Order: sequence, then C-alpha cells, then structure tokens
Amino acid sequence: MNPNAFASSGIDLTALRGVFFEEATEHLEAMEMLLVRIDPAHATDEELNAIFRAAHSIKGGAATFGYNDLAEVSHFLESLLDRARRREVALDAAMVDTLLAARDLLGRQLEGHRDDSPPDPEAVSAMCARVRAHLEGPDGTGNGSGNDTPKRTVVRHLVEVRVFSNDGTPVPEAGVADALANFGRVIRLGDEPGDSEIKNKKERRSRKARGPTIRYYVDTEQDDVDLLSELAFIVPMDQMRIVKKLTLTTDAAGQIGTEHGEPPLLPALKPEESFGIFEGSPGSDPGFGFFEDLPAPAGAAAGAQPTPGTATGSASAKAPDRSQNGGETSIRVAVEKVDALINLVGELVITQAMLAQNAATLDPVRDERLLQGLMQLDRNTRALQEAVMSVRMTPIGIVFNRFPRVVRDIAARLNKQVHLEMEGEATELDKGLIERLVDPLTHLVRNSLDHGLEVPERRLAQGKTAAGTIRLRAFHRGGTIVIEVSDDGAGLDRERILAKARERGISAPDSMSDAEVWSLIFEAGFSTANEVTDVSGRGVGMDVVRRNVSGMNGSIDIQSVAGTGTTIAIRLPLTLAIMDGMSVGVGSETYILPLASVVESLQVGVDQIHPVANRGLVAHVRGEYLPVISMHEMFPTGGARSERASGIMVIVEIDKKKAALLVDELLGQHQVVVKSLDRNYRRVRGVSGATIMGDGRVAIILDVAALVRPRLS
Amino acid sequence: MTPAFESTEKPMQASRASAVVAQTHEFLAFRLGAEEYGIDILKVQEIRGYDQVTRIANAPAFIKGVINLRGTIVPIVDLRIKFALGNIDYNIFTVVIILNVANRVVGIVVDSVSDVISLPPEQIRPAPEFGGALETDYIVGLAQLDERMIIVTDIECLMTATDMALVDGDEKLAA
Repeated sequence: MNPNAFASSGIDLTALRGVFFEEATEHLEAMEMLLVRIDPAHATDEELNAIFRAAHSIKGGAATFGYNDLAEVSHFLESLLDRARRREVALDAAMVDTLLAARDLLGRQLEGHRDDSPPDPEAVSAMCARVRAHLEGPDGTGNGSGNDTPKRTVVRHLVEVRVFSNDGTPVPEAGVADALANFGRVIRLGDEPGDSEIKNKKERRSRKARGPTIRYYVDTEQDDVDLLSELAFIVPMDQMRIVKKLTLTTDAAGQIGTEHGEPPLLPALKPEESFGIFEGSPGSDPGFGFFEDLPAPAGAAAGAQPTPGTATGSASAKAPDRSQNGGETSIRVAVEKVDALINLVGELVITQAMLAQNAATLDPVRDERLLQGLMQLDRNTRALQEAVMSVRMTPIGIVFNRFPRVVRDIAARLNKQVHLEMEGEATELDKGLIERLVDPLTHLVRNSLDHGLEVPERRLAQGKTAAGTIRLRAFHRGGTIVIEVSDDGAGLDRERILAKARERGISAPDSMSDAEVWSLIFEAGFSTANEVTDVSGRGVGMDVVRRNVSGMNGSIDIQSVAGTGTTIAIRLPLTLAIMDGMSVGVGSETYILPLASVVESLQVGVDQIHPVANRGLVAHVRGEYLPVISMHEMFPTGGARSERASGIMVIVEIDKKKAALLVDELLGQHQVVVKSLDRNYRRVRGVSGATIMGDGRVAIILDVAALVRPRLS
Repeated sequence: MTPAFESTEKPMQASRASAVVAQTHEFLAFRLGAEEYGIDILKVQEIRGYDQVTRIANAPAFIKGVINLRGTIVPIVDLRIKFALGNIDYNIFTVVIILNVANRVVGIVVDSVSDVISLPPEQIRPAPEFGGALETDYIVGLAQLDERMIIVTDIECLMTATDMALVDGDEKLAA
C-alpha cells in the first residue's frame, strides 16, 4: 500500500508513521535483547517465536508505509527466523551475528526513513545476500539450486468449523471462506465425515454432540495463530480448530510440492487416513478446544514438520508476549505533558504552603471549617504530588537492557569472555536521570571490560574462571538510588595510579589513602591503560563520568581490591524535580542547601576558627580542620552580617570533601520544587537552581560541589 | 542609513531590527528619565508592579535579581541603572514590563509606561551614527509622534547583548 492511499482516505499518515517508528524501535529493541540472550544450541521455541514475531511486525508495518527496503531486509530476516523456529535450519553463533547485524541495519534504515534521508541501498542488498547465504547454506534445507527466490514454506491446514454456535446461530459460511482466502489457496472439503469414516465410537459420539462441521484445506505461508486470530473475527474461537497441518514447500514459481518432491496430491490424504488421526486424540475431550500434537499420518510423516507446539502452544506463547509489553494497560504520553503536570503540581504545593502560612492567623474556633478544609487540601496535594511524580519514574532496566549487547560486542573485540549479571532492573528512578545515566554507565562498563577484566589465559593462571563477570546492580538506599558496576577483574593498580599521577604533576604522596588514590582516576586525561584501544584508554572517560554524576546531584564511590575486582557505585537522588533542602539565612536572603550533602550543623566558638595565611579560615571540628566558607563573601548580596559572631556552621560533604559553611541562621528543612535558574537567566557559579518558598519568594539552591571545590584564582 | 533597512532576509542582528519595521507595528512606549522608548508590543507579556526580588550574588548592579512569576523564575533588569537614567527608587509606581524575548521571560524595570502607539515604517527614521561613543545596535530608529521623539528599540537585541549578562556566552553563539 502506498502512503497516498492513506492520505486520500483521510487518515493522518504522519501520526501513524510516528506510531510505526516507535513500535518498530520497540520491536528492534526486543529483538536485540532476545538475540543477545539466546543460546544458539538450545534456543527455545518461545524465544525463536518472539524474535520471529518482532521481524514479522516490522515487515508488516514497513510494507504498509511503503518502505520497501525496510520490508525487504525484514522479509529475509523473517524467512531465516521462520526456518529457524521450524527447526529447518540449525541456529549457530554466526547466524546470530548475522541476525544482529541485520537488526542494526534495520535500525539505521528506520532512522533514515524517520529523517527522510534515504538509506544506503548497497548495504541493504549486501545484508539481504548475507541473510540469504544462511538460508541457502549447507545447513539450510534449501537445495542450493542458486535460485534467487528463497523457498517458501507452505503449510496445509485442515480447518474445521462448527456450523452452529452454542446458541444455535449458524456460521456465516461465505465470510469464513473469504477470510481464509486471504491466506492462500482454500479447498472446501465438504461437510463432516460420515459416521462410517470415523472408526472410533467415542469420537463419533463427541462429534454428534458438537454438531455438524465444515472443513477446509488452507494452503498458507502464515502460521496457525494468524489464521485462527483472523478467523476469530467471524467465528468464535471455541467453534473452530485446526485439525492438522502438513508442511508443503513451493519453489519460486509457486509450484507446490512436498519436502521430498512428491507430486502435489490435492486430497492429499485419503479420508480413512485423514480421520484415523482422531484415534490418537482423546475422544473424551469434552469441549471443542485445541488438541495436543496430532500424530501425522504415515504418508505425510516425512514431510510434515511438527511445528513447534501446536495451536495451543503458539497461542499461549503469543499471549504472555502481549502482557509483558503492554499487558498492564499503558498509554504513551509526551514527556512535555508530564513535565507540565509536574510543574502545575509544584505550583499547587506552593499555593497550598502559602495558604497554610496565612491560615496560622485564623481563629481556630470561628474558622474551624476553613481550617479543616485546608488540612484536607494539605493531604490531597501531598498525595497528588506523589502520584504525579511516580509518573516520571521509570525502571532502570531501560538503561541496563542495552548492556548485554554492548558487553557482547566489546568482549568479542577484546577476545575476553564475559558473563554479564544484572540485578534490580525494576528499580525506579526519574526519567530525566535515566537518560543522563546512559553515558556514565556505558563508560564504566567499558572500563571494566577493558581495564578490569583480564584475558582468559591470565584469569586461568590466577585460578579464576576463564569468563569474567560484570555485575550491574541497582537498589534503593535511604532516599537515594545506588547503581553499582562491579567486575571480578584485576582491581585498580595503586602503584601505577600513583606513578601516573606524579608523571602528570599531581602531588601524590605514598601516604594517600586508597580512597584518595582511587579518586585520582577521575582527573581529566588520566588513563593508566598501557595502550589506547578503540574501547577505552584515552583518559577522557572517568572525568566525564564524575561530571555527569555530580551534575545529577550524585556521588561516586570506588572500592577495589587488587586481584579481586573493582566496584564503582553511583549514588543518585530519586528525582531532580523535588529535593529535600535545608534553608539557611545569609543577610536578607534565604538559601537552600541540598539535605543530602549536609552532614551536621553546629555552633562553634570563636576560638575554634583559625586564620590560615591571613586569608583562609579553618574550623577545628571534632578533631578535623575544615575549610571555612563564608557565605557572605561567596554571596555578597547585602544585609546585616552576623555570621562570625553567631558562629553557626553547616558542615557539608560531597565527593569525600568536607567544608564548613558560615551562615547567619538556620531556618528549617523543606521539600523544595527545583526550578531552573538558567531557563530565563544564566548559569551562576555555586548555584544549582532556585525554588519558590511558602511565602512566594524565590530562594536560591546552592551547588555544594561547586562551593567545596577549591576555587581557581 | 544602512542598507539593512530595506532587507528583511539576512539573519544578522541589523536585519532582525529591520524585520520590526517591515510593516505598521504597534509599539509599547515607556519612559526612562527624559527619554521615551518604543518596543514591539508582541514581545511584551505583561506589565506589573515591582515586587521584592531575590538577589543574585556577583551579578551586575542592573540585574536586580529574580522573582517568582506564577511559578517561573524570572530575572529582573533595571534599565534605569543600565542606562544610568531616572531616579532609582522602588515604590508602588515602579513598573516592570515582562518580556518574551529569545525564548526567555525577562522583566525590565522602567520609570513609567506611556501608551501603545502605531507606527508605519516610513515614520521611523534611521538613527544617526553616534560613532564609537554609543553602542546602538539595538536602536532600530527614531520616530516622531506629535511633540514626542520615540527611540524604537529592538528589545530582543538589547536583552541578549553580551554586556546584558543575561545569557550565557555559548548560548548566544548558538542562537
């Protein structure tokens, strides 16, 4: 069908195209996940069917929208997969590689069509040839005749339809015939077999109970599930069944032959033989449901492939697939809409706080009902806020799912054996964070693969298993989410890092603690890899990782034991939209400190603050000397200053660095809705955003990481 | 007169100014000291009184701070300080014009808002060259209206100028 057909019928093609692209992308993702996970030697029917269905859906969509190149590739992919799931070709690693490559090409084509940039036709034909090679290869059942058109597999289905439904309505026979005709050649076999044809008495009885039937032969390339689901529009499911299937093949000319070249025999089976099969089926079957695998009659045994599972099997395999992807009824919503909703709820929370503040002056007796209403409002806004926030929460599995492929590809390139374990994929966090996590996590996983894990020989020599393990783990701890990337590789090399640091002119005394040494690898341009590979080693990774993570108000922690492995943990807030904050007063302004980075707040005596070099100040707190940051000096916005006299300090810690912030007063603790300052203004050093307080005024949220970082002169 | 006044195509700053005068437009006139300025009414979101602002540390003096405009954080620029004009005091008559420029919401403090005027393009005369003494990129031209002289301003050009310090340097390059 060409796109114009849609346009003329008044359907918004662009909208439909968008849906197709989204769905096709999902199918491709599913396909990739399955292909990476699949064990070629022991692929289950369910896996093969699922991959096949994904290819099939893409093909269907592509053909509908006139993307012929897309349809072509997916067609060959589908053919190969179809062979594989029918066990006509044996799946092997090379074939999985081809399938993955074809999947990638499909992805590129899809992108090309989305951007209206025509994809490379050569790549398409090359890929088609590569897939076809598998179809016709020595393992395939193709007879290697060099015929360009792959052999198609036609299955002759014997479909039986009961004439009367349970409530006695006759079946629309013409409709059935029409529906079947869509699938291929249809031969009406006439009404039910006479009693004489059925040897089994029980069978004969149950047939009587069910009433008269009509039977058809349908020769089709499509599978029985498709056939039945199409028919289900016309006939209730319990009123029909596929009695038997016989695999035929056709050559390019559409000539039908059985697998072994016997001439096509129209009523391929003699009635006796044909219905003899009922002896095998339990005659006591009370309903008219589907049956177990029916033994194929002797004459056709060689040709008839027992299709994986029977109708029942395939149908049930299809059902859970639906429920996995969209079973929990879900809708697609544009992210902007959700964000708008979150903003509005943020406003509501602020308005509610304002009302609550004003309500403090109300007379509790006279305005009792009003106060009650306000309390109700308080509860409802909180519930609403939580509900809306949960909309943005997405399982981290979305990020994790890309790694099996990444690991597989890189491991192959590095000649390493890797076993990837993932845990806690269902852990939810804000969608905005999920997107920003992809790059840092990819860096970490690559690093683990390249630097962490040793080559198999080395591992074996050290008494480890040849295959290394990389573990991705996500879990909640407190109000944060922790994402760990760990490997059982060589661990970080303390000496080498120290040597490298000195080489780069970083002061690195031997007395540094392990944690301090490990944090050196986050310095820009720091790489201890002996050689630069195309995977990593250019030393641009870890500082980017740290910058990304601290940009999300998160922190990174490294644990490493030489010879045993390394674990890198990223700790992130659950969401960026709402934050627990501590409000402090500096002069006439209010500032918010992220509560996550506040260690404690305390009042120190003047004698605990010491000048250093007559410029900096340090505070002596619990045996530690902490740099003192005067908020008045950092944020000179006027107002009376009382900080030195009051000696009120907030100790903050980020990236294992502590500092004491000198403030005028501590005001309280709030949940604040984080607003961007650079939306309408610009970035300001030391400021991560702004929020609106209960009284409607704006308060600046401080970026503790920027405050604590040593200032560049 | 610069040739840019006839052109409406070049995406340069000067031609952005010319787009303003391509046809009869309505302008919002406001006063800064003794001077009267006109800005494209379509850039104006609303006019409101001056509220207390939250100051931003280490910002230039003419950036008064930010306010909460129904949930949006909006920076406030005092044009009187920027142009060193008028009496700088804040009372109930102080007016803030909320602008929508360059996909941003920005407020400007002015002495007073006079009225909305319609100016056909031919009524706007190009401003004379001031030499290096005055940066005049943002001045589209001068218009005579009865006894008043109105300085027609491309407010978007003015607000995104580097010395306005409202926009990050790299953002300006991107835009």
